[in-house]
Amino acid sequence: MLDFIGAIPGAASQGLIWGIMAIGVYITYRILDIADLTVDGSFCTGGAVFVVLYASGTNIWLAMLAAFVVGMVAGLVTGLLHTGCGIPAILSGILTQLGLWSVNLAIMGMKANVSINVIDKEVLNKLLVSLRFVQDVAKGDRPFTQHPIFVVGIFTLVLIGLLYWFFGTELGASLRATGSNARMASAQGININFTKVLALMISNGMVALSGSLLAQYQSFADINMGRGAIVIGLAAVIIGDVLFGKLFRNFALSLLAVSIGAILYYIVIQAVLAMGLNSNYLKLLSAAVVAIFLSVPYWKSKVHAKPARKEAAKNA
Amino acid sequence: MLEVKNIFKTFNAHTVNEKCALQGVDLQLNEGDFVTVIGGNGAGKSTLLNAVAGVWPVDDGSITIDGVDVTHLPEYKRAKFIGRVFQDPMMGTAPTMQIEENLALAARRGQARGLGWHISKEEREQYRQLLKDLDLGLEDRLTSKVGLLSGGQRQALTLLMASLKKPKLLLLDEHTAALDPKTAAKVLEISDRIVLENNLTTMMVTHNMKDAIAHGNRLIMMHEGRIVVDVSGERKKNLTVPELLELFNRASGTDVVSDKMLLA
Repeated sequence: MLDFIGAIPGAASQGLIWGIMAIGVYITYRILDIADLTVDGSFCTGGAVFVVLYASGTNIWLAMLAAFVVGMVAGLVTGLLHTGCGIPAILSGILTQLGLWSVNLAIMGMKANVSINVIDKEVLNKLLVSLRFVQDVAKGDRPFTQHPIFVVGIFTLVLIGLLYWFFGTELGASLRATGSNARMASAQGININFTKVLALMISNGMVALSGSLLAQYQSFADINMGRGAIVIGLAAVIIGDVLFGKLFRNFALSLLAVSIGAILYYIVIQAVLAMGLNSNYLKLLSAAVVAIFLSVPYWKSKVHAKPARKEAAKNA
Repeated sequence: MLEVKNIFKTFNAHTVNEKCALQGVDLQLNEGDFVTVIGGNGAGKSTLLNAVAGVWPVDDGSITIDGVDVTHLPEYKRAKFIGRVFQDPMMGTAPTMQIEENLALAARRGQARGLGWHISKEEREQYRQLLKDLDLGLEDRLTSKVGLLSGGQRQALTLLMASLKKPKLLLLDEHTAALDPKTAAKVLEISDRIVLENNLTTMMVTHNMKDAIAHGNRLIMMHEGRIVVDVSGERKKNLTVPELLELFNRASGTDVVSDKMLLA
């Protein structure tokens, strides 16, 4: 139990970082109405680009920006496969994801992982977030303002603010319209191919940015770090929806709910691990949880549909 | 205003399901014309409207709107000239967006969409007033999601959206067919008012012969992908349903009129 409580700050930090990825998933899954599987690849791409650039002496903000941009390129590829080549969205994402596997390895110099030398105090101190900061703050060696929860929290709020602004602009509204009713969007003069590609780019940019933060946090990027990312993203979106959907109507609050969903997901995972689950079963658990949450609305609609029909038959 | 020259469209060409939907349609509309389009199922009425709107490219022929050749323009670029209302009330609006957001989207039809805020305060007031004119109680529900509206309310809203930025051409594709008779009458009345107030060049497809006679200044009837009857002016005004049927039978060389047309 004590182990679990001690692990909460770390789990929350990780959840916050994954929350940024989940917000990216929200953009495609909820706003554009496309399940984009590119994220499993672009998450790692972000981490790999960041670590390689940062390790070679690039400024930390530039390295994160580069991760964001490269993620956008991944989204661009998926978008063009879908809109320009007529490949179904899901398949386009799978193709990009598969191709990214090789690209990610190439970025990391054909190695399965690359790391940041955090033993070097100078390198460590320049990082924005790190696992070590969680321990340092707990010991009192660093101020709370350096705690990943604080730093990534602020970071998330800024991103939510930017997205709130963007989706409130004419361009952002045309993107929402595309997801809501593509035929209507076309009839209103919106180039839906352009808006779809743009949404996929923004989404994967966010995902790669999140990947760069996670790589920074754990001080390495690994070829497998994005495996199953889409499921974690969906879990966060769904948990946020189930818990806060009725409460949070505002768009910015919906994004916040996604972020909180990701934190809760990681705390639950931590709890399950503390109860002694073999960590190899985590992926199975995640898949099962998401499957159940996705099926609940469907079952609900079936259950409620029946009595209503009976009622109608009686009245007829 | 609209010039359609000898357009052809075949669906599923070279397969057993081949359907020659448009077989050389010529049509010229003057500014302010309000044409009603009738014909049996599969006559090519909706296909003609979709061809003009640019849902897909035509196989042959040309389409000119207000002097601009739009034959090769994609749908979203033609939208600059065209306002549309569809048969399916679900089709013309974004259900997960608010009423005012839908209107703001429509107000920017054919314009570049940039990073300015999607709606302004003045617009909101303008929309409230326009919705009040519809008399459907929507003026107090500007921020309601459109998905919550009834079919009739949505069609009225779509009409408003189609005319918000005055189009060169208004295309109404059986836009009352999915509504109950009372609501249909109300939506038709709103259509008439909007067309008149803005002096819009309009094409309205309908299955209802009475409506086709009662509305607009011109009537065309389609059969097997061609325009077979075209009446306007005084003659159109004085038409009766039996006369129209007679005209149709003579022009198409058949007595086969779909049940739906007879019932109407």
